[in-house]
Amino acid sequence: MSGKQTLVVVGNGMVGHSFMEKLVAAGGLEQYQVVVFGEEPRPAYDRVHLSEFFSGRSAEDLSMVPEGFYQKHGIDLILDEAVIAINRDTRELTTNKESSIHYHKLVLATGSYPFVPPVPGHERDNCFVYRTIEDLQAIAKAAGSSKVGTVVGGGLLGLEAAKALKDLGLETHVVEFASRLMAVQVDDGGGAMLRQKIEALGVQIHTGKNTRLITDGEGTVHQMQFADGEVLNTDIVLFSAGIRPRDELAKQAGLVMGERGGIVINNDCLTSDASIYAIGECALWDNRIFGLVAPGYQMAQVAVDHITGKGSSQFTGADMSTKLKLMGVDVASIGDAHGNTKGSLSYQFIDEEKQVYKKLVVSKTKKRVLGAVLVGDADDYGTLLQMMLNGIVPPANPAELILPQSDASASASAGLGVAALPETVQICSCFNVSKGDLVDAVAAGCQDIAALKGSTNAGTGCGGCAQLVKQVLDHELTQLGVEVKKDICEHFPHSRQELYHLVRVGELTTFSQVIDKHGRGMGCDICKPTIGSILASCWNDYILKSDHAPLQDTNDYFLGNIQKDGTYSIVPRVPGGEITPQKLIVIGEVARDFNLYTKITGGQRIDLFGARVNELPAIWQRLVDAGFETGHAYGKSLRTVKSCVGSTWCRYGVLDSTSMAIAIEHRYRGVRSPHKVKMAVSGCTRECAEAQSKDVGVIATEKGWNLYVGGNGGMKPRHADLFATELDDEILVKYIDRFMMFYIRTADRLQRTSVWLDNLEGGLDYLKSVIIDDSLGINQALEDEMTHLVGTYQCEWKTTLESPEKLKRFSHFINSDQPDSNVVFVDERHQIRPATKQEKIQLKEVI
Amino acid sequence: MSQWTTICQDEQLSANLGICALVGAYQVAVFRVKDQVFALDNFDPFSGVNVISRGIVGDLRGHLVVASPIYKQHFDLTTGQCLEDDTVSLNVFPVRVHEGAIQVQPAPLVRPVAEQVA
Ligand code: SRM
Ligand SMILES: Cc1cc2nc3c(=O)[nH]c(=O)nc-3n(C[C@H](O)[C@H](O)[C@H](O)COP(=O)(O)OP(=O)(O)OC[C@H]3O[C@@H](n4cnc5c(N)ncnc54)[C@H](O)[C@@H]3O)c2cc1C
Ligand code: SF4
Ligand code: FES
Repeated sequence: MSGKQTLVVVGNGMVGHSFMEKLVAAGGLEQYQVVVFGEEPRPAYDRVHLSEFFSGRSAEDLSMVPEGFYQKHGIDLILDEAVIAINRDTRELTTNKESSIHYHKLVLATGSYPFVPPVPGHERDNCFVYRTIEDLQAIAKAAGSSKVGTVVGGGLLGLEAAKALKDLGLETHVVEFASRLMAVQVDDGGGAMLRQKIEALGVQIHTGKNTRLITDGEGTVHQMQFADGEVLNTDIVLFSAGIRPRDELAKQAGLVMGERGGIVINNDCLTSDASIYAIGECALWDNRIFGLVAPGYQMAQVAVDHITGKGSSQFTGADMSTKLKLMGVDVASIGDAHGNTKGSLSYQFIDEEKQVYKKLVVSKTKKRVLGAVLVGDADDYGTLLQMMLNGIVPPANPAELILPQSDASASASAGLGVAALPETVQICSCFNVSKGDLVDAVAAGCQDIAALKGSTNAGTGCGGCAQLVKQVLDHELTQLGVEVKKDICEHFPHSRQELYHLVRVGELTTFSQVIDKHGRGMGCDICKPTIGSILASCWNDYILKSDHAPLQDTNDYFLGNIQKDGTYSIVPRVPGGEITPQKLIVIGEVARDFNLYTKITGGQRIDLFGARVNELPAIWQRLVDAGFETGHAYGKSLRTVKSCVGSTWCRYGVLDSTSMAIAIEHRYRGVRSPHKVKMAVSGCTRECAEAQSKDVGVIATEKGWNLYVGGNGGMKPRHADLFATELDDEILVKYIDRFMMFYIRTADRLQRTSVWLDNLEGGLDYLKSVIIDDSLGINQALEDEMTHLVGTYQCEWKTTLESPEKLKRFSHFINSDQPDSNVVFVDERHQIRPATKQEKIQLKEVI
Repeated sequence: MSQWTTICQDEQLSANLGICALVGAYQVAVFRVKDQVFALDNFDPFSGVNVISRGIVGDLRGHLVVASPIYKQHFDLTTGQCLEDDTVSLNVFPVRVHEGAIQVQPAPLVRPVAEQVA
């Protein structure tokens, strides 16, 4: 045997594994032979992102252990085996598989377990906890045959579990003993706002409920009976009522324990036995348990330093501020959120319309930020946290920190950005990365987020610091005078805007010309479609012309939207949403004859799903014969112009919004742009067409049309900005022509008008000066370019149907007429839908 | 072994545009890139559907690749290796242009049939 001492680690969870990584990095393996025991059947995985298991991340994806890590370093990792006893006199451990091992040093990283209140009935079938991959597998299985799920506990984890149940399709309830949600982190006001928001998502909340008994349900698996006499019928009960340290081993070994559990440690993370350390959620420091990963990682570092003697860090507590997105709602709690500090003052801001709640707690002297609660908008988290941690003095009127930014207050808080933070400030608490570390890394050449993450680890833990890391990066790059790189990919040292210019000015008409002149290599799935789109925006050729066909994404290539099962959808254009009964009948007949799933879209038209490639031409032939055109649902181009019924029918309408919508849709259909473009026209200020959420919105007034630009729904909704008022039909169209062409000329790839406008230097005023005052002298050119596009419009499906050559491409196999046997449908609500993986397997077995 | 199955005529395979052929039990995606012909699984392991032949081809970090049209992972045309995930690769099939026809062997080059079916 080697002369090394034996170090045994009990627990291979997040902290236990972090300890091993840090030990390896510190060269600890030269001193110790290491054995790790883990009770779970797999090596450490990312429990923080456990819920993503339900959204399709596999156990392997969640793993924190790089392939071969333990073997490579000669570490014995023994899984599926729990240590059940420690003999401190002989320094021997015993496991549940009856093996024993001698240790010189021992590290306990046993984590915690979910507390299950001892309610009679808690042990019934279909009662679960939420901690391990196995727990989630069991929940998913039970959900298959359940309708209602109930989470006991409305804390952070409980709400996360509730979201999971909701996503599994269950009617979801949350039962909370306290009078508000997230009682530990937020105050009454925040709890109330959070409740409203979560209820709006369809989760039913029951607070102040003490569960007394779980018994047989009426039509459900269980019935929960509460102390106030009320009952709740449910199929699944999921306990999430807090965690308890897993300290049974330490207790058996006679280590000093906290009154309410937890293994007592000192600043070196040593327990009452000088050869035993405890780290992570099982450890109790200053009478506190730390139920987050970041403090656990800090403890791991402290223990490594002490064991190897190569460092001297100390654990002196950790900040428990948290920021998270619960069911899409931003929630953050910082420091003394409840204002428990003597003499502290608090400020609150409530916006009932936007459902935002903010509370700020400052010291009596107003010289320090002590804590905060943010619900609905947590953008200020990073700044407030840094102010609290670093004792940065707030402005004279601290309330400004949480008030919405008007122009006046923007200047007040401008000094509080990352620039104001000292270099020593810790930005990422998971990996203890300071602002100085990031600044150095940027200076050393990390010029994007991926590189910065790779070199410092910042942002790769809980992710809470991501926004700040990005801010530091951007700030440093600007300081260094680096222009933030906008190359679209490795083949072109140019931004989309530059490429557009090169194509137009150089009159380039094919991809090979563009790449020969301005790029290198063969191109890829980023630059090919981008240049395909630029060529179309400039010259408007048929997009399947042989030169262009290989550039197109499958959607543009088959003129339909690919679906998860490899079939395509069909969206005929319905300009302005106006459609004759006869055309409706044709759509119905086509859908029936080809057995397609039909759905009304969010854009006032009808989507037909489930067409195989070989069926597309026949389907479109019938649609084109009936007078339909392609709806470009697949293209980065105009989608729909939503309309309202307007003055023709509506008693309030002041202009004919439907006719205007149809005219606009006809004008811009087929125009290829950097991203998709949506428009709408409303007949009066009641705005039934939701024009202010579109890239181009038009609203009728008594005096003419008001034009709005830059609206967006989707991932980051943005209200459109009012661009011009009281326009007549002709000026309205001119402005839209110019706006569209200017966007097409200058936007980045896949940048909607909203983001483009937000990033446009000079903003809305600049845009007005270009389009209304012609400050660049390009308006004639913009209009001419648009006139060319309008004049060269063709229905791509019509053209395709006329070309026997192109139609040949519409078959699944080149050498067989068989359909793809992997496309399988089942019935649901009298229509088809793609079979799930399980269903496919079952169907195959039957056959 | 080493049976060649003709899947189509040479001129039916355009440069940089994939096609799919049924070869024995396999759906094979066939591409012509830079005057070379490549054949890989048509099955995309990330989405679980048969679509690789409909991906855009090109080069990336020195590899000739096809991008899955569903979630855009890249696969090396020569080895089948996925560039984003070392643990995933596609089967590669022997392919040739012979007397004016494109021919593929109905058994993958690197790995045995059993593994692919599982
Ligand atoms: C069919 C439809 C949903 C429905 O069943 O109603 C739909 C379906 C898709 N949407 Fe959408 N969106 C549909 C209306 C919307 C709307 C509502 C609207 O237009 O009024 C929005 C929000 C409004 C907006 O865009 O500002 C919307 C925001 C998105 C986004 C996010 C865009 C953003 O800027 O945040 C994407 C993703 C993207 O484009 O990158 C998206 C992408 C998609 C794609 C193309 C995703 C894909 O690549 O497979 C979906 C495929 C459509 C198909 O297969 O036919 N869809 N999508 C709606 C089609 C409307 C139509 O007739 O064309
Ligand atoms: C759904 C969920 C979401 C979360 N979200 C966040 C978040 O957003 N941010 C955050 O900071 N934290 C979050 N947490 C908490 C975070 O996961 C924990 O703080 C972290 O996992 C603690 O690490 P640990 O190593 O101490 O414990 P664990 O990760 O629980 O690891 C302990 C391991 O030891 C094993 N073990 C126990 N006893 C023995 C024994 N006798 N012998 C052998 N092995 C044993 C256990 O089986 C376990 O595998 C979340 C937790 C959950 C469940
Ligand atoms: S926006 Fe005005 S005109 Fe249009 S339907 Fe609504 S109320 Fe009527
Ligand atoms: S603070 Fe958790 S990743 Fe940075």
